[in-house]
Amino acid sequence: MSVLAFTALVIIGSVSAGLLGALTGLGGGMVIVPMLTLLFHVDLRYAIGASLVSVIATSSGAAAAYVKEGYTNVRVGMLLEIATTLGAIGGAYLAGRIGTGAIAVIFALVLLYSAYRSTKPLAEHIRTEDDDPLSRRLRLASTYPTPKGLEPYGVHNVPAGFGLMALAGVLSGLLGIGSGALKVLAMDQLMHLPFKVSTTTSNFMIGVTAAASAGIYLSRGYIDPALALPVMIGVLLGALTGARILAGANTKVLRRIFAVVIVALALEMAYKGISGGL
Amino acid sequence: MAAIESPSPPPSSPPPRPAARWTDEQVDQLLGNLLRLGVIVATVVAAIGGVLFLARHGFEPSKGHVFVGEPAELRSVGAIVRGAVALRPDAVVQLGLVLLIATPVARVAMSLVAFILQRDRVYVVVTAIVLALLIFSLSGGIRG
Repeated sequence: MSVLAFTALVIIGSVSAGLLGALTGLGGGMVIVPMLTLLFHVDLRYAIGASLVSVIATSSGAAAAYVKEGYTNVRVGMLLEIATTLGAIGGAYLAGRIGTGAIAVIFALVLLYSAYRSTKPLAEHIRTEDDDPLSRRLRLASTYPTPKGLEPYGVHNVPAGFGLMALAGVLSGLLGIGSGALKVLAMDQLMHLPFKVSTTTSNFMIGVTAAASAGIYLSRGYIDPALALPVMIGVLLGALTGARILAGANTKVLRRIFAVVIVALALEMAYKGISGGL
Repeated sequence: MAAIESPSPPPSSPPPRPAARWTDEQVDQLLGNLLRLGVIVATVVAAIGGVLFLARHGFEPSKGHVFVGEPAELRSVGAIVRGAVALRPDAVVQLGLVLLIATPVARVAMSLVAFILQRDRVYVVVTAIVLALLIFSLSGGIRG
C-alpha cells in the first residue's frame, strides 16, 4: 500500500471514529485506538500518541464554544487540572514501563466500563446551596445559564472529586483517551455539578490533561507525524459532524447500537492483549 | 471575601480603574478565542506539512507503522522547529502538532495572567502549579 492510500484510509477510519465517539459520548480516543491497532495494525504506542493529539484538537475546538457560552466553571477546571495533569504525567510514565499487552487489557476494561456507563444515564442532583467549607474557601460555586436565566449551584466533596480526577488523568496518559466518562462521573455524582457544567468543564480539562502526557509521548518518539496528522484531521471532522447530528437524533437507540460495536472492539482488544497479538 | 467587594465607593469618587481588572466573562471570551485560534493555526501548519509530505513520499510504500520510535529530529521542540524552518515535510507536520499541544498550555498561561490581574492569589498558585507541570512535560519530562 502506498503512503497516499494508507493516509486516505486512516482519514476515513478516523472520521468514523470521531463520529462514533461523539454520538456515543465516549469520545474519539476510545474508538480510534482500537480501530488503529485492530484494523490498521498500527503499533499500540503510535496509536495512543496519535489519539492524544486528536483528543487535544477536539476538546480545544469544542471548549472554545462552551467557554464563551458561560457553562464552563473555569475555577473548578483549574483546580482539578492539578490532579489530572499529575495523573497524566504518571500515566505516560507508566505507559513506558508496562508492556503493550497489559495496556491493551486495561484499555479493554475501561472501554467496557465506558460503554456500560453510556447506556445507563445517571440522575442529575444539583445542590444549589453553597455550604461546603472547602468549596467556599476556593470560591468554586457559580451560576449557569438555564431557560429561566442564570441559576446558582454549589460545589461539594472537593477532595473525593480531586482523587477521582487523578485516576482519570492516569488513564488518559496511559491509554491516550480523554477520560471524559470518569471526569463527568466525578463532577456530576461526587461534586453535584449540573450536567451541562460538568460536561463542558470536563471537556475544558481534557485538552490540558492530554497535553501533559502528549509532551512525554513526543519526547519518547511515540508521535508519528504521518499517522497523527490524518488521525487528528479525521477525528476532528467526525466529531464536528457528530455534534451536528446529535442535535436532532434519537441518541438512546444510537447508543444501544453502538454499545454492541464497542463491546466487540473491547473483547478483541483484550484477546489480542492477552494472546500477545499486539 | 465579600467584605472586600461589597462596600460601594462614595458616589463622588471615580470608578476604580475599569480596564485594569478583567471580569470572569471577559476572560472566558479571551480563552475561547485563544483556543479556537490555536486549533486553526496548528491545523493549517500541520496540513501544509502534510501536503508537502504526500507530494514527496505519497507514492512510496507505506512503512506499515511497525514501532521503531521517531528519530531525534522529531522528538524535541527545538529540533522540530529547526527542521520545520528547513522545510522538512515531516518536521512541518510535527510543528503543527506541537502548536496543537501548546494550545491548552497557552490557555493555562493566559488564565494565570488573568488571575494575577484579578489579584486572585489562591488561583494564581493553582494555575502556576498546572503550568509548571505542563512545561515540565513539554520539556521532555521524565525519560522512561
